[in-house]
Amino acid sequence: MKPILEVKNVVKQYGNYTALNNVSLSVPQGSIYGLLGPNGAGKTSLIRIINQITMPDSGEILLDGERLNPGHVGHIGYMPEERGLYKTMKVGEQALYLAQLKGLSKKEAKEQLDYWFEKLEITGWWNKKIQELSKGMAQKIQFVVTVLHRPKLLILDEPFSGFDPVNANLIKDEILELRDKGTTVIFSTHRMETVEDMCDYIALIHKSNKLIEGGLNEVKKQYRTNTFQVGIAPHNFQGLLADISTKFTTRQANFKTLDDELKLEVDLPQGHAPRELMQYLLQHGEVTYFVEKIPSVNDIFIQTVSQKK
Amino acid sequence: MSLSLIIKREFIAKVRNKSFIVMTFLSPILIVAMAALIGYLVSVNNDEEVKVAVYDQFKQLSGDLKSDAKTKYTDLSAMPFDKAREVASKDYAGLIYVPELKDITELKSKVQYISADSPNMDFVSGLEGVIGDKVTRANLKALNFDYDKIEKAQAEATVKLSKFDGEETNKKATLIRIIIGAGSGYLIMMFVIIYGNMVMRSVIEEKTNRIIEIIVSSVKPFKLMMGKIVGTSLAGVLQFTIWCVLGIALFMVLGLFLGMQMGGAAGQVQAQAAQEGAEGIQVIFTELSKLPLLSIMISFLVYFIGGFFLYSSLYAAIGAAVDSETDSQQFLLPIIMPLMLAVYVGFFSVVTDPHGTVAVIFSYIPLTSPIVMMMRIPFGVSIWEVLASLTILYATFFGVVWFAAKIYRIGILMYGKKPTYKEIFKWLKY
Repeated sequence: MKPILEVKNVVKQYGNYTALNNVSLSVPQGSIYGLLGPNGAGKTSLIRIINQITMPDSGEILLDGERLNPGHVGHIGYMPEERGLYKTMKVGEQALYLAQLKGLSKKEAKEQLDYWFEKLEITGWWNKKIQELSKGMAQKIQFVVTVLHRPKLLILDEPFSGFDPVNANLIKDEILELRDKGTTVIFSTHRMETVEDMCDYIALIHKSNKLIEGGLNEVKKQYRTNTFQVGIAPHNFQGLLADISTKFTTRQANFKTLDDELKLEVDLPQGHAPRELMQYLLQHGEVTYFVEKIPSVNDIFIQTVSQKK
Repeated sequence: MSLSLIIKREFIAKVRNKSFIVMTFLSPILIVAMAALIGYLVSVNNDEEVKVAVYDQFKQLSGDLKSDAKTKYTDLSAMPFDKAREVASKDYAGLIYVPELKDITELKSKVQYISADSPNMDFVSGLEGVIGDKVTRANLKALNFDYDKIEKAQAEATVKLSKFDGEETNKKATLIRIIIGAGSGYLIMMFVIIYGNMVMRSVIEEKTNRIIEIIVSSVKPFKLMMGKIVGTSLAGVLQFTIWCVLGIALFMVLGLFLGMQMGGAAGQVQAQAAQEGAEGIQVIFTELSKLPLLSIMISFLVYFIGGFFLYSSLYAAIGAAVDSETDSQQFLLPIIMPLMLAVYVGFFSVVTDPHGTVAVIFSYIPLTSPIVMMMRIPFGVSIWEVLASLTILYATFFGVVWFAAKIYRIGILMYGKKPTYKEIFKWLKY
C-alpha cells in the first residue's frame, strides 16, 4: 500500500536534548497506525512536527508524496492528549471557527457540523458553552472538531482517555468508519488493548529512536518465541512429566479448561515444527488444548523498552 | 483569511464580555461623578473659616490683619501670654505672636506663628505678604519715598498671547490644553495597561485551556498573536469611539441646557451667579472649539494603536511564557515602568514647557512617545515631528514583535515550568 505519510530521517533537538534521533516512519494509506512509546519517548515531538507546529532540525516529511507545507493543515486533523476548547465560547460558534481556521467555508463547516451533531445526537448543544458541559460531552465536541474538515490524516493522541465505556465505543466505531472511508488514523497511546484491537500497523519509539515498525502481525511474528500452551489428559501422569522435560523446555501454565488436565507451556526449539510436539503429545494422552502463545503488544512493548534501558 | 477570522473572534470575545460593556458605559458616568465629587470637596475645603488668634500687645501688626471669609483674626492681647497661648491651642487653628519690637522693620523676622499642626502654606505666605508689605512701606518712608505715589506709578502688564497662524490664546486656553493633553496621555496609559492585560490574559487562557495546540496546528503562532493584538486593539478603538460620541453628545446637551437656563432665569437675582457660571463654561466651549479636536482624536487613535501594538506584543510574550497570571508579575514591572515614567514626564515637564528638551526627547522614544507626544499635541506640534515620532514608534513595533513572536512561539507549548529571564533569553536562540 502506498504510504500517505513518510517521515524521513527526522532529527529534533531542544538545546542539548535530542527529542528525535533520525526517526523514519512510513504510514500506509487507509491504515490505523499505532505510535507507541513510553512517556518522554518523543511521540509528541514527532506529532508536533507532522502538524507543523514545530520544524525539524533536519530530515523531511512527505504527505501524499508532497513535501509538507502550510497548505497541508487542512488535510490533517489533530486531537492532542491535553484536550482543550474555549470555555466561554458557544459550542457551535467554536466548532465553526476552528473548521474555518482549517480552511472550510462557513457554509461547508455548517453542513459538516450538522451532519456530525445529528450523527452523535448532540444537536441541542449548539448554544451551550463548553464550561456548561460535562467532561465526556466536551470530549465528543473535541472529536467532532477534529474530524469536521474531513482530514485525510487523523492524528489522535490518547483518544479514549476521559471517555466512559459507552462513549469510548461510540468514538471507536466512528474512527473505524472513517478508516473504512479511506481516512488514515495515527494513534498515539499507552493502552495496549486498544492497539491490539484497532491498529493495523505499529511503531515503537523509545528514547528518541524508532525501535520497531511494521504491520501488527509481522511485528508479532518477529517476536514469536515458538512457545505453545498445551493441555493434556495423560495416560501416565508422572511418566509424561518426566519424559517431556527431557525432550523440551517446559513450564507450568495457567489457562482455563473444564477438567483438571496437565497444563504446560512448551518452548519448541528452533527448526522444529509444531506438528512434532503434537504427534508426541498424541502418543501420551488425550490433547485438550493446543495454542501457540502469541506475544501481545504489551509484551513486545515491555520487552523492547526494558532491553534498551 | 485565517488572520481576519482570528481578529474577528478576538474582537467579538472582548466586546461581548460583560466587563467591556460595563466599562464602556459606566466609566464615563463614574468619571463625571468623580469630577463633581472632587469639585465639591475642594469647595468645601475653601469655604471653611479658619480662626486665628493674635497676640500683639503693642498693636504693631494687628491693625493690618483683616478678617475675611477664609480667616478670622481674634486679638487675645488682653490676656497674659501664657493664658492666650492656652486658649489659642484649644479654640484656634494657631497663634500669631508679635513680641515687643524696637523698630517696626524688625517685624520681618520676629513674628512667630504657633500652631498644633503644620500650618496651611497658603495662609503662611499670605501672612508673610502682609508683613512684607508693612515693612516695605516703613522702609520706603524712612528713605523719604511717598508710598502712595509709588503705588500709583506701579503698572501691571498683560501680554496678549497669539500664535503665528493668527489664533489667539489666553491662560485659560493653555489650561484647557493641559487638561486635554494630560487627559489623553493618561488615557493612553490606561488603555495600554487594560487592553495589554487583556491580550496577556487571553494568551494565558488559551494556554491553560490547552486549545493552543489545536489552533497552532491550523495557523502559525505569529498570525495568532497578531490576530489577538489587532482584535483587542479594535475593541479598544470601539470603546474610545463610543466615549467620544458620548462625550460630544453630553457637551451638546449641556450646552443646550445652559442656553435655555440663561434665557429662562433672566432678570432674577440668582441669574447673575448662574450667568457667571455659564459664561465660564461658554469660554471653555469657545476655547474647545478653537482646538483642532479632530486632529487630536486622530492622533490619539494613531498613537494608541502604535503604543498598544508595541506594548501588547510584550504582554503577549509574557502571557506565553507563564502558566498563570500570578507568575506574570515579575515580568510586568519592566513594562509598567516606562509607562509610568512617560506619565510623570508628561505631568511635570510637558505641562510647564511643552516644547522643552526633555519633552521633545521623550516624545521620540517609542516606549514613551505615545503618552508624551499626546500631551504635547494640543499645544501644537509640527506634522514633521509627529511623523518622525510615529515612524520610530512603528519601526520599533516591528522589531519588538519579531522578538516577542519568538518567545511566544516557544512559550505557548511550554507547560509547568516557571521561566526565568535567562531561560526566555535561551528561547530566542531556538
